[in-house]
Amino acid sequence: MSAVIDILISASFWAAVIRIASPLILATMGELICERAGVLNLGIEGIMVIGAFTGWMAVYQGLPLWGGVAVAMAAGMMFGLLHSTLTVPFGLSQHVVGLGVTLLATSSASFAYRLMLPEVTSPPKIAPFQPLNVPGLSDLPWLGDALSQTALTWAAFAVAGLVAWVLYRTPLGLAVRAVGEKPAAVEAQGLSVTGLRMGAVIVGSGLMAVGGAFLTLSAFSSFFFEMVNGRGWICIALVVFGAWKPGKAVLGAILFAAFDALQIRLQQTPLGAALPYQLFLALPFILSVLALILMSRRAEVPAALMVPYNKGER
Amino acid sequence: MSSTGPGAEVVLRLDRISKSFGALKANDAVSLTLRRGEVVALLGENGAGKTTLMNILFGHYLADDGGVEVFGQPLPPGKPKAALAAGVGMVHQHFTLAGNLTVLENIRLGTDALWSRGHGGARAKVERLSRDFGLAVHPDAKVGRLSVGERQRVEILKALYRDARILILDEPTAVLTPQESEALFATLRKATALGLSVIFISHKLHEVMAIADRCVVLRHGRVVGEVDTHATDKGQLAALMVGGELSLPRAEARVAGEVLMQLDRASTPDRGTVPGLRSVSLALRAGQITGLAGVSGNGQAALAEIIAGLALPASGSISLRGVPVARWTPGEALAQGVARIPEDRHHQGSIADFDLTENAVLESYRSRFSRRGWMNWRAAREFAQGIIRAYDVRCPGPETRIRLLSGGNMQKLILGRAMASDPVVILANQPVRGLDVGAIAYVQSQLIAARDRGAAVILVSEDLDEIIGLSDVIHVMSQGRLSPAFVRGTMTAAELGLWMAGQKFEGADAA
Repeated sequence: MSAVIDILISASFWAAVIRIASPLILATMGELICERAGVLNLGIEGIMVIGAFTGWMAVYQGLPLWGGVAVAMAAGMMFGLLHSTLTVPFGLSQHVVGLGVTLLATSSASFAYRLMLPEVTSPPKIAPFQPLNVPGLSDLPWLGDALSQTALTWAAFAVAGLVAWVLYRTPLGLAVRAVGEKPAAVEAQGLSVTGLRMGAVIVGSGLMAVGGAFLTLSAFSSFFFEMVNGRGWICIALVVFGAWKPGKAVLGAILFAAFDALQIRLQQTPLGAALPYQLFLALPFILSVLALILMSRRAEVPAALMVPYNKGER
Repeated sequence: MSSTGPGAEVVLRLDRISKSFGALKANDAVSLTLRRGEVVALLGENGAGKTTLMNILFGHYLADDGGVEVFGQPLPPGKPKAALAAGVGMVHQHFTLAGNLTVLENIRLGTDALWSRGHGGARAKVERLSRDFGLAVHPDAKVGRLSVGERQRVEILKALYRDARILILDEPTAVLTPQESEALFATLRKATALGLSVIFISHKLHEVMAIADRCVVLRHGRVVGEVDTHATDKGQLAALMVGGELSLPRAEARVAGEVLMQLDRASTPDRGTVPGLRSVSLALRAGQITGLAGVSGNGQAALAEIIAGLALPASGSISLRGVPVARWTPGEALAQGVARIPEDRHHQGSIADFDLTENAVLESYRSRFSRRGWMNWRAAREFAQGIIRAYDVRCPGPETRIRLLSGGNMQKLILGRAMASDPVVILANQPVRGLDVGAIAYVQSQLIAARDRGAAVILVSEDLDEIIGLSDVIHVMSQGRLSPAFVRGTMTAAELGLWMAGQKFEGADAA
């Protein structure tokens, strides 16, 4: 027990929690925007892969790091455009389209990788984002270590704040929430259901791709095929966990990241020697499922989520 | 007087509008003009095409043929935004409100530029409008928690907030109390005096006579008459509408039988701003229609849920023929012979994308239409055919998806389904809301026939004329409390109105 407490009070543990949570926060915000507008985007897993790949490749080709972020975002938005064109004006099944986008994006990344780096056996490294030195803050004991984070991490939290502000404080956010609840109400007020939904999916997909790019540009310094590793699906669960509210979703991402950071450290304790390591790997998922069950009981699901809107049908 | 009346400027012109849904011809070359400061009533049976016509005007549907002109300018088809910008405001019969947003958010939706910030003077404007027009509703309440009546007020506020110059009201009084309807009429008179023009869709002939200057009558998608209301009477309008003379049924007094269902001091918790039941005791007797009057959102929903088996009271008991029930589910209620006509036929009464056969057997497919786990679709289809014939459901056939039917025809199917099991207790929750006189007379006569067969009927309605005309015993609900039973003929509408407003309860509590 004391080993666990030692871990929980160490600054390096909390630094890891914030680092692990950052890509989840970015992608979760992306998914949350899509779902608030009434579109379930199951393309998230593949879009994160595309973001990780294009961001890394752009930087490897000589662009600055923020250029890589921009390229990743643009690539994600392209897949968002594909997804929303099929699901919104054409009204196709959001499940089928989403899984199709994930498959297409994942295999496009593999294909482009082989095409661009045919001879390479191990992926080349880039110089990733470095922890930011914040004057005053970085010198503080404990807190300075825990908040020794890259600019992209700070950006992730800023994005979460921005999404919350837009959703709840602007007419645009009001329209997005309404279109996911009752598209007919939006139509009756003279706004375009198609435009709002497509815009939400495109912007949301861009954020998902930046979440993927975080892995190659900030967390690691290279690209591996399996690196997204189900994070997209976790983000879909986090949206539910957060009851479709940005603040709660950020808390969920931090909670999941804490479980993840904890299990890595627990493996190095005497307990870790005694138990199979797979048990520790499963821990964050098991605890997340429990938390999901407890938290999402009273959630108000967007009423028109996954319901295509056909104008003029009664 | 030159700015209004027959010589006034034409603000709206519909020219030979036609629209079909599948095999159904909803509008057939319909033309209509509206002048400044005028109220034109649009009258017609269900399925006559009134709502379709208004949805075309507002841009929800695309017309197959014909054009719309507003203030002399042609209106681009299929664009609600253009209609709004031209000054057309529509209060929909099926509300277009987002339930998880507040009243204020629903009203503001789409009125500000998407990137502007802050509320500006929106709250003050909404509060002023709701005060001036007598449309009381809290701006910060979640719409999902409001009663049907309150949602209607939000819809009206939405149009007024946009400074509409042409107001289209689709069945606006269907959910209002007589007093509220009067207030609405006062509002409309004030609005027309200020130069607004109104299209008023209603099935209630006395309202049309009271508020409209002219009346356009539709039947089967065609204009069959256009009359000046000062030069006509209710009988003539009804005859135009249904193509013959017609009168509403009145139930004659009858001796009641045994108590079939009894609630004893039933209470339920409040739901948001909607009160739960406060120690309600109620006896439903065989061969009796029990009328439950009151403005919706005063506990009727909680009471209806208990009767239908959807909920048990938190305290108090429910008993059937004197035997208290412990296990009480919708299935159990059906098995005990409780039939229901739900308040919202779209939401609770039917599955929009199922066809008529499937909807007809929703409550009985396991007992009557399946054997050893297999559906007997032939029998189900014959059953649906039977209802369609017996209850005059106008439709292309039993394979039609129910969403394509008009409200009245949908209600007839639901009524037929409820009556088919020969029920002993019938819960009729707003059974004629939004129906035309023809359909109302039909549904009401069926309820009376069921009573005469010995069923206990509980009629929940906001329409006092309906309650007084049909009920053997009347209760009023207000704030979750139930008034004493008033026997037929002892109460006037005005007295019931005082109970509905809750004033009499205070007196009774003090005494």
